[in-house]
Amino acid sequence: MKDLVIIGGGPAGMSAALSAFDCGIKDILILERDSHLGGVLQQCIHNGFGLQKFGEELTGPEYAFRYEEKIIKSGIEVKLNTMVLDITEDKTVTATNPHDGIFQIKAKAVILAMGCRERPRGALNIAGSRPAGIFTAGTAQKLVNTKGLLPGKSVVILGSGDIGLIMAKRLTLEGAKVKGVFELMPYSGGLARNIQQCLNDFNIPLRLSHTVVEVHGKERVEGITVAEVDEKRVPIESTKEFIPCDTLLLSVGLIPENELSKSANVKISPVTNGALVDQNRQTSVSGIFACGNVLHVHDLVDFVSDEAEIAGKSAAKYINNDLSDSTEINIFTDGKIRYTVPQRITDLTDVKVYFRVNNIYKNVNIKVTDGINTLLTKKRPKVSPGEMESVTLKNDHLKNVKELHFSLEVV
Amino acid sequence: MEKILTCIVCPLGCELCIDLEGKEIIEIKGNTCNRGKIYAENECISPKRTVTSTVKCTDGSLLSVKTDQPIPKEKVFDCMKIINQTTATLPVNIGDVIVKDVFGSNIVATQNKN
Repeated sequence: MKDLVIIGGGPAGMSAALSAFDCGIKDILILERDSHLGGVLQQCIHNGFGLQKFGEELTGPEYAFRYEEKIIKSGIEVKLNTMVLDITEDKTVTATNPHDGIFQIKAKAVILAMGCRERPRGALNIAGSRPAGIFTAGTAQKLVNTKGLLPGKSVVILGSGDIGLIMAKRLTLEGAKVKGVFELMPYSGGLARNIQQCLNDFNIPLRLSHTVVEVHGKERVEGITVAEVDEKRVPIESTKEFIPCDTLLLSVGLIPENELSKSANVKISPVTNGALVDQNRQTSVSGIFACGNVLHVHDLVDFVSDEAEIAGKSAAKYINNDLSDSTEINIFTDGKIRYTVPQRITDLTDVKVYFRVNNIYKNVNIKVTDGINTLLTKKRPKVSPGEMESVTLKNDHLKNVKELHFSLEVV
Repeated sequence: MEKILTCIVCPLGCELCIDLEGKEIIEIKGNTCNRGKIYAENECISPKRTVTSTVKCTDGSLLSVKTDQPIPKEKVFDCMKIINQTTATLPVNIGDVIVKDVFGSNIVATQNKN
């Protein structure tokens, strides 16, 4: 029996563990699949992490170490090289590693912090052959930054997510020629600063409303055909263009990794592909919490750490029978706002609600109503799908409220 | 002349609008912090970038490194040459200087390695 078992030792898992520890929970176990703590941060050797959290510009490994050293100091138990096989609704965790074999632990509370996976080629239905030389951007990042291997010399990148942009720069610095980044949507999914410092700095073209329609090559990629797409994202035949290259990187989205959540009967949102949670980051299963990219994909690790602190604190309260649910307010969105996290509020308290929009809009009003009365509006000069937004609802807003509606109006 | 830049100091990515006369800056708009102002000034006069990469270690593994100061943008590829010719001697702690005085910066470790 453990008070708290945390699945995943990345930024979310470490931050959640430390915040629960600071709330007085000492009987904590972190289960990590990899041979080290830190998760994906270990391969994110670029800088830009920690500006919100530490007021400093850190690289991924440095950001991870800030947490890792606290974990070591606290004496929180960590099992590395440990794969969790199953979690049940009554919070029994089954895991395996070379040292302990297969083992089971019953936990008072569980925090899900498994992170996300990259959308692979199979999810895209790109026509053509199946040669070597097609990688997801994150795999390429791991090869370059942790193994010292260059995946190719002449590279095309499909998708303009941040990892793709960062790899465009990284591969260029290591001597590869990046011929272009092609993005299906009419806007980039990456941060504006990455377009500047990863593409513009190196004169790498970004072609919006374009996609890869065919991969050529038998043993190894020999080239790809790209085409412009129309408003319905259908490739336009007359715009087809062959580009010779030996490597295709895919940076086409991340999917929260929720196989274990599902085995515990945690309800999953079809929009975020993560758990449905309340303001405590508690899932539909009592005592199971979720945070970080397993809950919804974040832009910044700083926000992951913040969210994990909430989950850690809440789990500590749950273990001490101190988690109150005085109300039940469901949050609805208008479609222009794709989703909110949390999706429901169960206590009259100040709640910061995070959300993402479905398109780029300029000069907008974010409106929160209870179905009849407007509770709050927030003006924003520009919103985009690549950048998470938030509003803070005060305790007062929530009194006598049964539901909340989030909408976006272009002024 | 007006110059539009995307600030790269932090993930906010503010759109900076710089009023320039030749190389002289008349006004900077759009920045939401002082670091943005400094970035805009540097970017117009002598652009600088932090370089992050890896060096090989004596045991054959890789060590992640960075320049501890931004270096002139046109020196980035020269800096990469130096980084790729370097071998780090283990053990190494975060912040240890791996190569001194590279275009006004030091190359430092961003990882611990035994």
